[in-house]
Amino acid sequence: MKATHVTAAALALCAGLAACGSPTPGQPAAEGSGRGPITFLGGKFEAESVQKIVDAWNAAHPDEKATVVLLPESADEQRRKLIQNAQTKSDAGDVMLIDAVWTSEFAANRWVAELTLDTTGFLPNPVETGKYRGKLYAMPVFTGTGLLYYRTDLVKEPPKTWDEMKRICEEVLPKQTGMSCYGGQFDKYEGLTVNFSEAVASAGGELLDASGQPQLTGDAARQAARFLADGFKSGMIPKEAITYKEEEGRVAFQEGKLLFYRNWAYGYEAAQKTDGSSKVNGRFDVAPIPGLTGIGAGTLGGNNLAVSAFSKHKRTAQDFIAFMTSPEQIRAFARTSSMPVPLASIYDDPEMIKKYPYLPALKEGILAAKPRPKAVRYGDVTAAIQESAYAIVTGAKPVEQGLSELQAALGPLLK
Amino acid sequence: MLSPTMIVLALVVFYPLVAAMRESFYESGQRLDADGFVVEGEWFAGLANYAGVVQQRFLNAALNTTLFTVVTVALEVVLGVAMALVMRRAFRGRAFLRASILVPWAVPTAVAGLMWKWIFQADGVANALLGTEILWTADGPWAKLAVVVADVWKTSPFVGLLVLAGLQIIPAEVYEAARVDGATPRQTFWRVTLPLVKPALLVAVLFRLMDALRVFDLPYVMIGPRKQSVETLSGLIWDEATRVHYGPASAYGTALFLYIAVIAFVFVKLLGADLLSDVRARRKEAARDGA
Repeated sequence: MKATHVTAAALALCAGLAACGSPTPGQPAAEGSGRGPITFLGGKFEAESVQKIVDAWNAAHPDEKATVVLLPESADEQRRKLIQNAQTKSDAGDVMLIDAVWTSEFAANRWVAELTLDTTGFLPNPVETGKYRGKLYAMPVFTGTGLLYYRTDLVKEPPKTWDEMKRICEEVLPKQTGMSCYGGQFDKYEGLTVNFSEAVASAGGELLDASGQPQLTGDAARQAARFLADGFKSGMIPKEAITYKEEEGRVAFQEGKLLFYRNWAYGYEAAQKTDGSSKVNGRFDVAPIPGLTGIGAGTLGGNNLAVSAFSKHKRTAQDFIAFMTSPEQIRAFARTSSMPVPLASIYDDPEMIKKYPYLPALKEGILAAKPRPKAVRYGDVTAAIQESAYAIVTGAKPVEQGLSELQAALGPLLK
Repeated sequence: MLSPTMIVLALVVFYPLVAAMRESFYESGQRLDADGFVVEGEWFAGLANYAGVVQQRFLNAALNTTLFTVVTVALEVVLGVAMALVMRRAFRGRAFLRASILVPWAVPTAVAGLMWKWIFQADGVANALLGTEILWTADGPWAKLAVVVADVWKTSPFVGLLVLAGLQIIPAEVYEAARVDGATPRQTFWRVTLPLVKPALLVAVLFRLMDALRVFDLPYVMIGPRKQSVETLSGLIWDEATRVHYGPASAYGTALFLYIAVIAFVFVKLLGADLLSDVRARRKEAARDGA
């Protein structure tokens, strides 16, 4: 009895408004036009600065407002969440922030839609990470590569090669207490893949050749693996670096426990803090990472923006990406956040260089940087790399054995 | 009355179970077409997904899981019983002691994992106290020990709580009788307390066994995924699933389910039967006394 009353009342209300269940007035977006309100699945890292861009978009597009939903903090959790959405064909996120290495997997599974966006003015390497089989599926928005943090009070000129670095350490370290030479990220996670491929690239090689075949039995891979394995064995790399992710190592560098540390640009701001959290503020700088015979080549990191294949408002979503990656918005973003952006002009802008003195070194690094392997089964590829690299750096397996096992493991995964 | 219960049971328990078993015989998402797109759909794969069950990684995980279970449950039973015996005593500050013993159990496992990770990191409290430079959170035997310590800290109170409940229903007269008969405290414990608290203790052990066999969070948070020395079966299943290998993940899941089911069955058969015969014997006695 009661229920019928409620239904009747609802019907009456609906009749009064004449618009129940259909888009509210002021939303011209009829179904099928691909336009309408969207949801942006973003990262926690730069949430505040990103929100400013979203606010600017919303002010200009009242009918196609974007709502930000934050993804979990760790990259693995983000990936899992996005894949879950995709597998249930959920339109919960129209625009997604995806890691630069996921492009192939997401594109091949048809989880993201192809984009028609202009990439002129962007650095070429980050753009390449957004492509799968030559087509653009993700637009670069954040980028970055490894930088060598070093102590300016102890080192006059940053080293260009691994040998130079060792020599400097041999000179400096005996006069220091509790300080080790070099650190990076060597725990068994994505960071190890980054550091390992960085070492191989810095020795003049690549994990995969141009045709996508693994190249781990070559000389470059052997030299790189030896640099890391011998580094641990000789104590040049402290043995606790086997437990380092970005943050553990950053703290060690800030405590003055490391002379050289490989990290992303984000560490600059933290190490510069004068609130006592950093013991090295004003006494460090960054340089491109060293290599075997000259300046090394870093691994390209970063995040791209993609449109979900299950979005109902794909055109709005793509416009939103174009807006977010427009020079004006990127410039505005760069003013408030130290997260490196892929727009070339930022790196030559005197105002920006004054704010972020590491930009020239970073640009050099990004232009020399190599992407991690592009693979549809990237999860398997990186797991295989971590498995072998971990065995090599911990000394559990000799260099040659570790590399040939990795070569064999990668083969079938890259078909 | 029975059918709604059965429907809920079927939905909540059997559907996921059957769905996972079905999935374990199929392959999906692993094939690429000429344009580089993943071919949609799934193919019957027979027992291919189960091939991993006899391979090194699965066996290692199974061994880790078993070892972890045996060691932690044994330690937790000893510590839990000790805690319960202390908690039962009447003394000043008993309420405070009871509350503080339960704190570890109240802390969410992931949070406890993070806390122990800090304790065990290279420049953490553990190394500072012990004066060592052990890399507890790196892959290796120390990692096993670190996880065991954290788990024992975390779940001994649970055993303690259940055993305490069992202790409290033991009538005081039994102890009086033991005292009158001149039993030593040790005899009282082995001959009176332990047999009478056995039913509660067995329930606690059964819960802990099943819990420990599917452990995931502590090794994952403290040491990290894919670390050989502490990878458990649940960890392996999680890893396969996150790499979208749903077939093998389901196969391993089914294997883990069977393993736990067998352990639980054997446990109930061996010890539970004894337990039931106790009850039956007591009932018979009661009947005789009544007659």
